[in-house]
Amino acid sequence: MAYNLKEIMAEKPSRFTSGHRMCAGCGAPAVARMILRALKKEDEAVITAATGCMEVSTFIYPYSAWTDSFIHTAFECSAATASGTEAAYKAMKRTGKIDKDKVTKFIAFGGDGGTYDIGIQSLSGAMERGHDMTYVCYDNGAYMNTGIQRSSATPRFADTTTSPAGTKVPGKMQSRKDLTQIMKEHHLPYVAQTIATVNFKDLYEKAEKAIYTEGATFLNVLAPCPRGWGYSTDMLMEINKLAVETCYWPLYEVIDGKYIVNYKPKNKLPIEQFLKPQKRFSHMFKPGNEWMIEEFQKEVDSRWQYILDLEKMTEDM
Amino acid sequence: MSIRERLSGNEAAAVAMKQINPDVVAAFPITPSTEIPQYFSSFVNNGAVDTEFVAVESEHSAMSACIGAEAAGARAMTATSANGLSLMWEMIYIASSLRLPIVMSLVNRAVSGPLNIHNDHSDAMGARDSGWIQLFSENNQEAYDNLIMAHRIAEHKDVLLPLMICQDGFITSHSIENIELIEDSDVKKFVGEYKPEHYLLNYKERIAVGPLDLQTYLFEHKRQQAEAMKNAKDVILNVSKEFEKLTGRKYSLFEEYKLEDADMAIVCMNSTAGTAKYTADILREQGIKAGVLKIRVYRPFPAKEVAEALKNIKAIAVLDKSDSLNASGGALFEDVTSAMYVNKMQNPVINYVYGIGGRDTTEEHIKTVYKDLEEIIKTGDIGNPYRYLGVRGGK
Repeated sequence: MAYNLKEIMAEKPSRFTSGHRMCAGCGAPAVARMILRALKKEDEAVITAATGCMEVSTFIYPYSAWTDSFIHTAFECSAATASGTEAAYKAMKRTGKIDKDKVTKFIAFGGDGGTYDIGIQSLSGAMERGHDMTYVCYDNGAYMNTGIQRSSATPRFADTTTSPAGTKVPGKMQSRKDLTQIMKEHHLPYVAQTIATVNFKDLYEKAEKAIYTEGATFLNVLAPCPRGWGYSTDMLMEINKLAVETCYWPLYEVIDGKYIVNYKPKNKLPIEQFLKPQKRFSHMFKPGNEWMIEEFQKEVDSRWQYILDLEKMTEDM
Repeated sequence: MSIRERLSGNEAAAVAMKQINPDVVAAFPITPSTEIPQYFSSFVNNGAVDTEFVAVESEHSAMSACIGAEAAGARAMTATSANGLSLMWEMIYIASSLRLPIVMSLVNRAVSGPLNIHNDHSDAMGARDSGWIQLFSENNQEAYDNLIMAHRIAEHKDVLLPLMICQDGFITSHSIENIELIEDSDVKKFVGEYKPEHYLLNYKERIAVGPLDLQTYLFEHKRQQAEAMKNAKDVILNVSKEFEKLTGRKYSLFEEYKLEDADMAIVCMNSTAGTAKYTADILREQGIKAGVLKIRVYRPFPAKEVAEALKNIKAIAVLDKSDSLNASGGALFEDVTSAMYVNKMQNPVINYVYGIGGRDTTEEHIKTVYKDLEEIIKTGDIGNPYRYLGVRGGK
């Protein structure tokens, strides 16, 4: 069936309600809402979240924005917590303690701090053990909840509160970790990189595949942060679009090891267009700093080419 | 009918877990508790239990998975020691605050550093304010019995707290002793089914667990936890009575050994109690009125009852197998002296830190303690209340 956003929205009411306290212009709530829409209406879900913006803004006692059962424990263990809920499900289903006909899906959320950094051990463990769950990283490229500190997902040169663009050191000097590739190397049945673009098709379809592929699956979703990135809140969808059109954030999936690049822009836009509206990169546009933009472009190009090469390498799989 | 066996403490714990047949076990190996998940995974892979065994990549994840499982509505168990418990640190507080009756076997070992794999109680003592019920076990039989009683206590509606069963690393965990096991069917009946009121996999109601809990509510939630810990005392006594009916083995908050007419007493926990009781017997033969108070329930601490039991003792030594490094005595010493003070008792009490890092504590060491107590009774002079036992470089 062809993807139709209007139909999906009409058929499946949001399982993530309004009234949460995420910022205007934040990419994460749209991601959460759309991913939960990929659940079959009749299916149950247990949601886990790492400590972070999403958790502290959606479940402030005694209010919750989650209509499914939800658990938060700590920062670094969204995946391990979810693995426990999934193990309980298996055991209780086996012994008839819960309804054998009901299907429950397990979805764990974490920001890049809780996923790329402090939570990578817990994530790696849960994925390797093959729990039937989907881990969703909403990557906003820094520790936004504590006030925009650099993470290993922060792009090179970005100005953060622990990698400030100073007179001697112009922002974060290290390159971004490629977590999607790390997860791919866990030989999972489904790994994808996506974003909430235009009509959410890419995000929705990948969420559906991830949730309904048996075993441990992983989604890396770029989720811009207006405070940390310094764009005006009405620009969210434009920023998402530019991330894709510049190939900063390639949309691709790896199904049982086979790479599929889902979108190849006919006219790949220069990286300036993605960087320019974001205050965290404003120092790169000062006279004398042209080299930074050049370096940034080089890195984007080589990473994009790498994904294209991987697709080619695995085309006969 | 009970079953006579010969098992190590670890085997006893694993057998208890098999009979309990929990839904989920998540554990990571660490000496000296490693054998527990080892034995248990063989039960799993040979179909002796219905459990889902989660071979996690760390103790932090072991406790996280136990929390996830227990919140989902399952009975979850784990086992660890020392640094394993240290790595769980963050999560053990979360387990108790979420009121999840997870049961853990803690095979006591010295917390690093430097690295040492042998027994002391620094792991358990570090967790004494974490909101877990802590039961201590003198030998394999007690480790087994305490585990069989654990879920009945932890899951009681007035309690709903996680619980750890302590036994001494190597001394108990790796020593093979006689043990009386309960029939599987009797354990099943005694432990019963876990029926949580609210859980994630309850399809009739969806719940949210683990909120951001700010100034407006956290205090009340902590107060409720404190109440639950108070309630645990009666529940432990009631479950122990029921257990006695089943097995004939009597358990209370602590064991009073020849305390009734004693002039002097040693207060201690776990395997050292065996040595202390043995030594007390020898001294009794010489006409010295020695007694022992062995703590079984350390959290909740039975303050009033301990003070009452020590009321008529002329000199008391509290043995701590963990140094609080605070210049004012070990944890058990502080608990005992505080209990006595609050209950208006001023009997002389001294503290010994002993057995650190698996240092042997023998009958001879215990004799010197009783000798010191004798001296205090004679002279009325406590001297230094903060003492060491069996360490080089003076008392």
